[in-house]
Amino acid sequence: MDALKLELKNKIITVLNLEDITLGDINDNDPLFGDGLGLDSIDALELIVILDKDYGIKLIDPKEGKVIFQSIESMAAYITANRTK
Amino acid sequence: MTQNKTYIQSYCTIQNNEIVLNGTSIFKIEPTAFADFSKQAYRNFDINYPKFFKMDSLSKLAFLGAELLLKSKTELNLSDTELTKQTENNTAILLANKSSSLDTDVKYQESISDKENYYPSPAVFVYTLPNICLGEISIRHQLKSENSFFIFDAFNPEFMTSYANTLLHTNKAERVLCGWVEFFNEEYKSFLCLIGKEENQKYQNETIETLYNK
Repeated sequence: MDALKLELKNKIITVLNLEDITLGDINDNDPLFGDGLGLDSIDALELIVILDKDYGIKLIDPKEGKVIFQSIESMAAYITANRTK
Repeated sequence: MTQNKTYIQSYCTIQNNEIVLNGTSIFKIEPTAFADFSKQAYRNFDINYPKFFKMDSLSKLAFLGAELLLKSKTELNLSDTELTKQTENNTAILLANKSSSLDTDVKYQESISDKENYYPSPAVFVYTLPNICLGEISIRHQLKSENSFFIFDAFNPEFMTSYANTLLHTNKAERVLCGWVEFFNEEYKSFLCLIGKEENQKYQNETIETLYNK
């Protein structure tokens, strides 16, 4: 699980072009949106693509994203439970 | 009529790894990819706007030029309300280029060309229109003014001058940020010029055409 969290942090920094953010800036329970990392709606769509492309998870209901993408912790837990690759 | 006269207030050219502001080179580095050049320029001018790194090359090019010509609220030491009053309706943007958003269009097309590996990127897709760079500048400087993006074979100073003067003379704007922002396959040139009614004799012997060709 810890390896997956680290992997997710690296992916988020790279794919979302968070140039000024380092791994140490992202705590496992920090909110990814709003006051946390400050991600926006386009970033949310990119996260859905990451789930599909890298973990074989297709989000059918966009409302699920609100819970799944709360934090690195919640993302890692969801991926661990649902990944197909 | 005197009140109809307009003046070039300032201009900025970005090409060949160099930024020239009002005729003076203010940033120049050894030849490198635009992504690296733009990042170094961003750092050099202490721009604090993380969204810059999410933009495509065309928007970065337009953004950098606009950043140097339009003062940010931090530099002006204004509150959001004061800045809004000052700028939201008085600075129009009028840009043009030859390649539209083709540089990003090609990248996007490549990302969806393999049906077995079909993962369209929303972040790339949103830049597959040239006028997105107008939005990026407007968001940064809180402009809610007239803006237009045109596609021409080459820089068209007569059109730009005429359109900018119309905006100024009809009180659609008090100043116009106009120019050429071209990017395709690492070939790029940005020439942005601020035109307004405020008297400025510094460029009285120049036109946007002569400044573009300098």
